[in-house]
Amino acid sequence: MAQSEIKNYNLNFGPQHPAAHGVLRMVLEMDGEIIERADPHIGLLHRGTEKLIEHKTYVQAVPYFDRLDYVAPQNQEHAFALATEKLLGIEAPPRAQYIRVLFAEIGRILNHILNITSYAMDVGAMTPMLWGFEEREVLMEFCERASGARLHMNYFRPGGVSTDLPHGLTEDIKSWADKYVTFLDDLETLLTENRIFKQRTVDIGVISAEQCFDWGFTGPNIRASGVAWDLRKSQPYDAYAEMDFDIPVGVNGDCYDRYLVRMMEMRESLKIIHQCLDNMPGGPCRVTDHKITPPSRADMKTSMESLIHHFKLFTEGYHVPAGETYTAVEAPKGEFAVYLISDGTNKPYRCKIRAPGFAHLQAMDFLSKGHMLADVVANIGSIDIVFGEIDR
Amino acid sequence: MMNLDLQELREYITDQIGDDILESSVQLAELELTVRRDSISGVLVFLRDDVNCQFKQLVDICGVDFPDQEERFCIVYNMLSLVHNRRIRLKLWTSENDPVQTAVPLFSTANWFEREIWDMFGVYFAEHPDLRRMLNDYGFEGHPLRKDFPLTGYVEVRYDDEQKRVVYEPVKLTQEFRTFDFMSPWEGVPRVLPGDEKAGQAGEDQA
Repeated sequence: MAQSEIKNYNLNFGPQHPAAHGVLRMVLEMDGEIIERADPHIGLLHRGTEKLIEHKTYVQAVPYFDRLDYVAPQNQEHAFALATEKLLGIEAPPRAQYIRVLFAEIGRILNHILNITSYAMDVGAMTPMLWGFEEREVLMEFCERASGARLHMNYFRPGGVSTDLPHGLTEDIKSWADKYVTFLDDLETLLTENRIFKQRTVDIGVISAEQCFDWGFTGPNIRASGVAWDLRKSQPYDAYAEMDFDIPVGVNGDCYDRYLVRMMEMRESLKIIHQCLDNMPGGPCRVTDHKITPPSRADMKTSMESLIHHFKLFTEGYHVPAGETYTAVEAPKGEFAVYLISDGTNKPYRCKIRAPGFAHLQAMDFLSKGHMLADVVANIGSIDIVFGEIDR
Repeated sequence: MMNLDLQELREYITDQIGDDILESSVQLAELELTVRRDSISGVLVFLRDDVNCQFKQLVDICGVDFPDQEERFCIVYNMLSLVHNRRIRLKLWTSENDPVQTAVPLFSTANWFEREIWDMFGVYFAEHPDLRRMLNDYGFEGHPLRKDFPLTGYVEVRYDDEQKRVVYEPVKLTQEFRTFDFMSPWEGVPRVLPGDEKAGQAGEDQA
């Protein structure tokens, strides 16, 4: 019998695929069902955020950060606010720090709900998605009550937060946080010991701690490989130093452990939310220097100086002293950082956005090699990618 | 293994590999080294493997454009040490025609970051395994994060119903691109009364 040469098959995955979590195009080189090489093509959602920020004042740059990782917008704003504050040499007042931590943790839960449930749907479980989105809706209502916007909050500004919390919001968050534990328990009964879910995720996409360092992994993905590293603990910013919480750590570094770590993290976030609500200090919610934050609306009606401050702030903005900083926060997906260079004018000279998903996605080739086609979907879900932040 | 503070670490590193370092500073509690372009690989290896450094993670590489300078591009490496809980920033300068040695053999994560810099700034990385465009379109021309690249770009795309495909056209703005000079009239703009331009010159002559 004549020998025939078998050619590898090239498969184009995406850019419009429900399991691609956005606009990921991936060229897969396959030997039968086995992945030989995965080449992700990104940039289909590129909007030139970094270039746009160079042409905007510091206040105008904040909303761009909402639109990076639109699943948890608060955490991105947090990084930019901290970076600008560092260059300005100011610190947000205690109440602002607590409000920020509170909403950063709400953002983390928003993100983990979306990731876990959509990831579960990718591997075959429909119900978690339906349940999870009900909870997300409640959380986004809290965001709306605080800032006026459900999703793109534009709430964390350099110097504090844009407005104080409205009356009654803290009580409502508290009663939600009390009930949310039962939701987590229910969700776990659906997934954690689910036979199908485990068959699809255990021992898939294993990555060791050393390989995590090599590939620049951060956040839940590195913790799933057994590295207890969390910027909220190791380099605490805002009020995190005063919070008491644990860092969940995985053992095997596979898709299943990444799921477990996120699940545990939500419970830790609840602890932080409770502490924020119980110990919320009084006082102003932004620095009182009106060269940096706007004066109150009531003042503007009577005081000429306040009116001038307001006008100058929203046209010219403030001038930030020349300097540069690399400021990172523990966003739900990993280390989100802003490398900000100021040349002393009212606009950033350069604002590089370090998105965790960018580093995670490039390990796709490494994670998928030798796995089956269906496992690619499990891998994409477990490393938690959102194209808003990867493509910028 | 000692636990050094930032200043001590700076002195330690300049002691060990001082020949490769052009400048070092600690500002805003961040350590920054400017290194020779040719020796970047050696410095990265030292920082990764030395027991007092152990910057095992290369978290970010990015480019910055300073068009006024002779070597206009600054490549910035941000590294993180989990053991010492510390960050360091490396800088090197290059121009359009001088390639930078790739860091991919040392850190796999450098691959996409370097591709992005190539895409956005046009800085070439020597011996990079796969230097393609990253974020921009497949046939894109130019390097958009350079300061001399206009914010609005040069081309725009639309779907052409007659040709049944997406076509590229020169960018058309319905409203002219607006930038405002916010320099404070009290600090920035010289005060010259219209028609009184000679007054200043006369004053200078007298002085």
